Amino acid sequence: MAEIIRHPKALAVNPLKSSAPAGAALAFLGIHRAMPIFHGSQGCTAFAKVFFVRHFREPIPLQTTAMDQVATVMNADDNVVQALATVCGKSKPSLVGLATTALAETQGTDIHRLVRNFRERHPQYDAIPVAAVNTPDFTGCLETGYASAVKSILDATVPNTAGTGLVGKRKKQVNLILGAHMTPGDVEAIKEWVELFGLRPVAVPDLADSLDGHLIPEDTTPVTLGGTPISELQTLGEAAATIVVGRSLKGAADLLAERTGVPDYRFDGLLGLEACDQLTATLAELAGIAVPEKLERHRAQLQDAMVDTHFMTGLRRVAIAADPDLLLQLSTLLASMGSEIVAAVAPVKAASLASLPTAQAHIGDLEDLEQLARAGGAELLIANSHAAATAARLGVPLLRAGMPQYDLVGGFCKTWVGYRGTRQALFDLANLVLQHHDTIAPHPSRYKYQTATPQAVAAGGH
Amino acid sequence: MKAADIAELLNEPACAHNKKEKSGCARPKPGASAGGCAFDGAQIALLPIADVAHIVHGPIACSGNSWDNRGTLSSGSTLYKIGMTTDLSEQDVIMGRGEKRLFHAIKQAIDSHSPAAVFVYNTCVPALIGDDIESVCKAATERWGTPVVPIDSAGFYGTKNLGNRIAGEAMVKHVIGTREPEPVPAEAQAAADAAGIRIHNINLIGEYNIAGELWYLTPLFDELGIRILCTLSGDARFHEVQTMHRGEVSMLVCAKAMINVARKMEERYGIPWFEGSFYGITDTSHALREIARLIGDDDLTARTEALIAREETRVRAELAVWRPRLEGKRVLLFTGGVKSWSVVSALQDLGMNVVASGTKKSTEEDKARILELMGDNTIMLESEGARDLLNAVYELKADILIAGGRNLYTALKARLPFLDINQEREFGYAGYEGMKELVRQLALTLESPVWDAVRKPAPWSTRAMVIAGPEMGDSPDGGADEPAHGHDHEYDPAPAVAAGAAA
Repeated sequence: MAEIIRHPKALAVNPLKSSAPAGAALAFLGIHRAMPIFHGSQGCTAFAKVFFVRHFREPIPLQTTAMDQVATVMNADDNVVQALATVCGKSKPSLVGLATTALAETQGTDIHRLVRNFRERHPQYDAIPVAAVNTPDFTGCLETGYASAVKSILDATVPNTAGTGLVGKRKKQVNLILGAHMTPGDVEAIKEWVELFGLRPVAVPDLADSLDGHLIPEDTTPVTLGGTPISELQTLGEAAATIVVGRSLKGAADLLAERTGVPDYRFDGLLGLEACDQLTATLAELAGIAVPEKLERHRAQLQDAMVDTHFMTGLRRVAIAADPDLLLQLSTLLASMGSEIVAAVAPVKAASLASLPTAQAHIGDLEDLEQLARAGGAELLIANSHAAATAARLGVPLLRAGMPQYDLVGGFCKTWVGYRGTRQALFDLANLVLQHHDTIAPHPSRYKYQTATPQAVAAGGH
Repeated sequence: MKAADIAELLNEPACAHNKKEKSGCARPKPGASAGGCAFDGAQIALLPIADVAHIVHGPIACSGNSWDNRGTLSSGSTLYKIGMTTDLSEQDVIMGRGEKRLFHAIKQAIDSHSPAAVFVYNTCVPALIGDDIESVCKAATERWGTPVVPIDSAGFYGTKNLGNRIAGEAMVKHVIGTREPEPVPAEAQAAADAAGIRIHNINLIGEYNIAGELWYLTPLFDELGIRILCTLSGDARFHEVQTMHRGEVSMLVCAKAMINVARKMEERYGIPWFEGSFYGITDTSHALREIARLIGDDDLTARTEALIAREETRVRAELAVWRPRLEGKRVLLFTGGVKSWSVVSALQDLGMNVVASGTKKSTEEDKARILELMGDNTIMLESEGARDLLNAVYELKADILIAGGRNLYTALKARLPFLDINQEREFGYAGYEGMKELVRQLALTLESPVWDAVRKPAPWSTRAMVIAGPEMGDSPDGGADEPAHGHDHEYDPAPAVAAGAAA
């Protein structure tokens, strides 16, 4: 049980936090032919867009209600209705995600009323669901905005079928409600995992289908080029089970369960042998079949990697900074490999932080991470690309995890979860440790006669 | 190398157990052997001499498969890290071009790297086809003016241990005594004079500076005013090896591997020697005391005692937190020879229980030392197959296997905690400081949560996993008729796992 410690200070230095609207946009980007809109000034959208473009190395559809000076002071309601109508008319999306920003919330917008106004004024777009979500930048972080948006997507698209006996009508269907800590590679791995048992996964959102980075026949598309189809969202109530990954999705999962009555299985993360075993056992039970040989082999490969890499991870002092769900998932893995987590920093408070396998969970920024890591003698950092400079100052390697990853090609789609993903994560961790292995500092005797100026010491024989 | 020369190397009068079976002649059993060859041993022994161009004369395998494989470090020249081989081709062998090629290879090495010396390691094929590397080296020395030293170390001559001796013999024959030591650097001399310290010269034989562990010791020697004329061969330079005959004392650090060097330097130059180890607090202190005693300088003895008292207090205090975590843990030590006894003391310092030690490649003297350290109930493991090793682990209920890198993955596959103790390792364990790293690495693997995780059956598994249990009697590594811990060579009918008293 980790004690949660805040670092109250006037100045956030080297922020760890990305904003909640960005998280909401990420969730919307996992829905097929979706268009997220931020209700705010143009800059709110532009920054989030650049953030995702650089992280995913993909064009990112993201619109804005473009609040200008007059709209900000007087009234921006029309901006919202107009933006919705324009987007619906021009891009013909399957879903519009509408996320507020700090600006709109401060002004006092009532986003849900504005959606009703839009419906009244533009009934021709009634077939296009609008998922509206309150995500003021000053509350929460990327993870919370994402979770709120997932909930709003379910709210906007899933029919109320609880108690109608539809549960299990699609007896092979398993709903996957996946958190912000799942990369497109993770989502793909989880879907394949489910498929190995002869089950049919429906991922919400499905970043593996939209942001996995794949070329399409069209030269351009105004909306997302993949993701969960709206038609699939409408069938969630007929599934045999729902698998939820991420504590932050509690609200969304509760809503889905309440609305559909589909039984759910909740996981914090799917990194590490234990979590993988739990999901595998769950799927075997749902499918009523034995665990496929292939998975048994992947499991045995992971175990082998665990014993091979424990020399590098054991007693290793690690500092981690990430949003709460990712922080919990990574910390759990590191702890299971014998590492000592000397600093665990999250940008916001979350109930899940109490479950961290550390004495303390810190709410702070990358400056706090740096200080805690230095004080704790960290030998390895795990954080997003913003921590590269932190790691350089600390003189320790950085394993990039979370968002953004500007300086690592392919980081966006790295598969962490599952037996194979975990194995690769352990290899990556171990390699970083090996490459930064400190050898004993040369101490030639003062009596030693040096024939020439000493050159750099040869690297250790790895 | 003539059979008589090999026999002479195997005959080591300085070894108390010389009359008994000598490890060098333990003929390997075809189909059931492991371990390196004489070339391997020779190369290991000399490669750390940093400013020498080490040329392996032979087809590619000898160098190609083994170079850049050692954790030995240098504080200066890195020439030793450059792999060099004559890479003999089929035509070279058929047409007898090996010698010519070697001659040109030596020139190329001298031209491009200006080495302090060139060492030429002979390997099986040129030895078989009769390349006269001694003559080539002699001619090259005369032609290019750089010392070129032949190390006649064909693999088939014998074991790795023999290779160590061949290497030592080559140093005695060609290098030691060919130069006088440089004066002590003026600054260091002035500091010593100011402190009223007389500087003494010693040699460390068989210390390889693995992972830089020699540098845990140099500060201690500096403080005592002891100049290490040469370590054979960790962080050594060619000129240092040349001056070893001026040492006042030789310490034989790594078991008996190069005992012939110590003995011959005693015979030729009257340098007393002793055998010691820098692994463990007790042994490190003992080694420092022995050096002071043999030098016979009262002031040095007093200062040594003070240093030992200070360092022991400091390190024991630092180890106090670790000791309860390691105390009573059962260790199976399987080092494949060289460090079979030297690590025992270090483990005992930590309160660990060494339940058995592998002695396949240990000399008789090493075995005697093990008995002395561990008592008569010690179990010595003669064979080295994976099955036998694991059976011993289960039977003796060992918590951890300490062995060389070759057995690392045997242990891990069997889900056993493991500590790497051989040349390839990345951590230095020598001296007082090294103990801290040793305990850390021991605790790291012993306490790792991965063992529970990989031993537990999968949640859906209905059958118990077949792991970590004694499997007696079925030994694929040994003959069907042999006991589980089958003996690997045919000359000694004694059971392989025997109470120490049998040795």
